[in-house]
Amino acid sequence: MSSNPSHPQPAEDDSALRSPMRAPLTWTRINTARRYLVNHLVTVLAILSTLLVITPLVAILMYLLYKGASSLNLAFFTHIPAPVGEPGGGMANAILGSGIVLALASLMGIPVGIAAGVYLTEFGRGKLLATAVRFTADVLNGVPSIVMGISIYSLVVMQQHHFSAFAGGVALAVMMVPTITRTTEEMLATVPHAIREAALGLGVPKWRTVLSVSLKTASPGIITGCMLAFARVAGETAPLLFTALGNQFWSYKLTEPIAALPLQIYVYAISPYDEWHRLAWAGSLVLIVMIMVAVTLVRIYASRGVLKGAS
Amino acid sequence: MTIEREPNSSSSASPLSTPAVTNFVGAAEPVIEEGPPSPIRQFLRSRGSGGFADKSFAALMLVCALSIFAIVLFILTILILRSRLSLQQFGIHFFLRSAWDPVSGDFGALPFIFGTLATSLLALAMAVPLALGVAIFLSELCPQRLRAPISFVTELLAAIPSVVYGLWAVFVLVPLMRDHLGDILVKYLGWTGFFDGFNIGVGLLTASIILAIMILPIISSIARDIMLSVPTSQREAVLALGATRWEMIRTGVLRNARIGIVGAVILGLGRALGETMAVTMVIGNHPDISKSLFAPANTLASVIAGEFSEATGDMYLSALIEIGLALFLVTIVVNAIARALVWAVTRGTPARAH
Repeated sequence: MSSNPSHPQPAEDDSALRSPMRAPLTWTRINTARRYLVNHLVTVLAILSTLLVITPLVAILMYLLYKGASSLNLAFFTHIPAPVGEPGGGMANAILGSGIVLALASLMGIPVGIAAGVYLTEFGRGKLLATAVRFTADVLNGVPSIVMGISIYSLVVMQQHHFSAFAGGVALAVMMVPTITRTTEEMLATVPHAIREAALGLGVPKWRTVLSVSLKTASPGIITGCMLAFARVAGETAPLLFTALGNQFWSYKLTEPIAALPLQIYVYAISPYDEWHRLAWAGSLVLIVMIMVAVTLVRIYASRGVLKGAS
Repeated sequence: MTIEREPNSSSSASPLSTPAVTNFVGAAEPVIEEGPPSPIRQFLRSRGSGGFADKSFAALMLVCALSIFAIVLFILTILILRSRLSLQQFGIHFFLRSAWDPVSGDFGALPFIFGTLATSLLALAMAVPLALGVAIFLSELCPQRLRAPISFVTELLAAIPSVVYGLWAVFVLVPLMRDHLGDILVKYLGWTGFFDGFNIGVGLLTASIILAIMILPIISSIARDIMLSVPTSQREAVLALGATRWEMIRTGVLRNARIGIVGAVILGLGRALGETMAVTMVIGNHPDISKSLFAPANTLASVIAGEFSEATGDMYLSALIEIGLALFLVTIVVNAIARALVWAVTRGTPARAH
């Protein structure tokens, strides 16, 4: 088909691709030029959109760092909120309150979540029930936190007739369960069957195999999953609005309304006082740093195998 | 016979292996049955190797798994019970009426449904193209070295609490919208009629923008996972036919992953529908149905967050809980559809650590 058979056809095509202008115009070449143009256009668009997505993140983090660091001081960690109009004050009670509510939530949520994950991989493999549980967990994961808040309000607060730290803990625990279940399941699924069979073959009972072999092998991943669930609920405000309620003073009792960092940030952010805005920024910075540090620390430890001994 | 001697010589290492080996070799007498129980059997018993321990352990795990069903059923029951008053009073028309008057006890959820749909769809319209761009970049174009840091950064966005987004929106986005962005929009897009009225910074558009920023990382990270789960042979086949990279992505990757990508988008929609705090802080909290995107509005979630604690009277409270019930059902349906779609694509690929 070509007039010069000795000349290799691909080279001719290639030069046409590189400079479609110099070669004689044919529909094929115009089409090729268009295809390459579209290719470059899409590449540029993809890079641009990535930059555009990273920009707000950097903006938010920078602004938070700038505003938070400039308003952070020692009093923030040692004092309770000052009355309106008075300068100073801190969020010491909110930090403690967040700690209490989160500890409560972890105590309730983590064991149940891990146990459900164990059921899915170790006992329910291939059963219809397991598929249903898995699907329900995924769906529960997407239930809005505010709905969780009013459900726990109706369930716990209305029964007790007062807001309490306990109710807040229950609300957060319920939000932790599905996440932990799914990660535990995924992590256990990566444990090779041969290890389980080796343990069972040695006469080790099933429960012991699950605890000392399966869970132990998968423990770094499971711990990371728990931490991510923890980090997710640590910043939740909506479920605490009508359960823990918030408190301007020190409170330790589980049966009383308790302050929490995200709640305090919300209340201060929508207040009209500059002093409170300052505290809200400081609180946000502390909250994010706490979440990030917790997640990073546990990830490092989990990868180094320090926590692997826990069974 | 050497087999028997070997484990015995290292007796401290594994006392458990002895009976198994004896039985396996076929020593005629079963050691366990006769006489007093062997030390090994005693050891196993003391460590709880009985049918009872195993069964109760399995039962415990089952109960925990079933508790997930219980939670969903509990939420549903309690929401229906507590919203009984307004369910009886207004029936299905609750969702078609636009009245919201706590003083006279006249309630309708239409403004909130409008607000929720408007903010969520606007947010999706802004977020989906960007998220797909990021996912394509991360899965197909990005140099290997950059992939991990950029993925980390986009996932960092997902770790920022909603209330912090809200705080940022109140102090940065709202002034920006009021003083700069709003004027530009009126100047160039004013003719559409969507930007009429008074621009005070808070309103539908601001809420949609912050929502878009919040759902971006979710959509992009799931879409990226789904694109990565498309087999490499598909890409190679398309490239071998002489396609450019974009044609490879379009025909080889996107076409194979389209169901999963739709699932990721719907998952983002589910998140946007239920997002509460950030939206409550910047949407203006006024039950209006207005054509203007500058107008203050209210969503299903934000009306609960804003008015639940000051709801006086049983009817007011039960109307708010009915809104919660509606939100619950809608997000369950949306999430179920999304999960089914994502599952259909990623099933069979190895689980990955999030």
